[in-house]
Amino acid sequence: MDAHDHDHDHAHPHDHQVVPSDPALRVKALESLLVEKGLVDPAALDALVDAYETKIGPRNGARVVARAWSDPAYKARLLADGTAAMAELGYGGAQGEHMRVLENTPTVHNLVVCTLCSCYPWSVLGLPPVWYKSAPYRSRAVIDPRGVLREFGLEVPDHVEVRVWDSTAELRYLVLPERPAGTEGLSEDQLAALVTRDAMVGTAKVTA
Amino acid sequence: MNGIHDMGGMHGMGPVRPERDEPVFHTAWEGRVFALNIAIRARRAWNIDAGRYGIELIPPADYLRMSYYERWLVRLEELLVVRALATREELETKTPARGAMKAEPALTADRVPFVIRNGAAASRDVPVPPRFAVKQRVRARMLNPEGHTRLPRYVRGRTGTVERDHGVYVFPDTNALFLGENPQHVYSVRFAARELWGPRASPLDAVYLDLWDDYLDPA
Repeated sequence: MDAHDHDHDHAHPHDHQVVPSDPALRVKALESLLVEKGLVDPAALDALVDAYETKIGPRNGARVVARAWSDPAYKARLLADGTAAMAELGYGGAQGEHMRVLENTPTVHNLVVCTLCSCYPWSVLGLPPVWYKSAPYRSRAVIDPRGVLREFGLEVPDHVEVRVWDSTAELRYLVLPERPAGTEGLSEDQLAALVTRDAMVGTAKVTA
Repeated sequence: MNGIHDMGGMHGMGPVRPERDEPVFHTAWEGRVFALNIAIRARRAWNIDAGRYGIELIPPADYLRMSYYERWLVRLEELLVVRALATREELETKTPARGAMKAEPALTADRVPFVIRNGAAASRDVPVPPRFAVKQRVRARMLNPEGHTRLPRYVRGRTGTVERDHGVYVFPDTNALFLGENPQHVYSVRFAARELWGPRASPLDAVYLDLWDDYLDPA
């Protein structure tokens, strides 16, 4: 490729890109090309897929929430410095480097979105679901959060303030839901089992 | 750039449709293209901001038609070519060019747990003074850069209040174009819903955005 072609690539990116007609085949071909070129190790790909399919997911975040509900000192540390408090439980790293925790209260409801792409706290929630990355959620969460929440079955009363957090930088957000009534006697493990992914994004409440 | 990716506040996209018991990856190729992106990123031939910009450069009609991981696939192929890790001919013929040097993988399986655990901090420990203070009123600048930016259209020209100073971070607008990290303060800025959306919005509600010094003016 000569210099002219290279400039052309920059000026008119994706000229010859179309919606992939057979992505499975195209990805397979790309992987074998990159392996043949020595650019990727297929065993590393297996390890990455396995990590996000089986190890890193919303159970991590649920443990953080359950600990915060059970231990007021931990909750205070979590709200003051989410990154450090999650590291106490072994959570951090990729897409959890800079964490902030948002506390739901009887007067404040928090909702997390990324209008520009799909930023999401992988370290504690895993990879985001399709709806979180979808045009309807990204477009509407900021302009009509109450309407979006209603579609999730959550009616937020007029006197409750809705705070929407648009993840425009490298801060990642986790909602600390309200602890449901009637859970006073539950262990941390039992509490964690109640906590859903959606409650930690802010599109649901935790119910006992 | 004023692209289709900048969706905040748009109408007409329809209802949110959550899926019950959704798998992490819907097909095997989604997992592979996810992992390919992470594995290639470990070579540091581009950064996270350049990666996001690569998705933004997909033409709007294609962007809307593509699934999330189809965008990751197209972005990966494009950046491989632009950053000279592969040629178009190689992508089309699915074969390495004759005489091409064989590389060493930057990410091997044994290093995957380490890479996930460490991540890649975007904060920078450099003494850059903040331009704004907590509780200060600020106005998001009216900027329309053709390159990458993390300043959404819906907030440009609007007035808000600095709620927290997050410290110093890499500046995406320059980093995405390989023009330097230009580290500067990032603030959590609170905008009243009515300031952004007018009188139909709830008087109580607010939207918080994380905004860099170069996106803001004193109000």
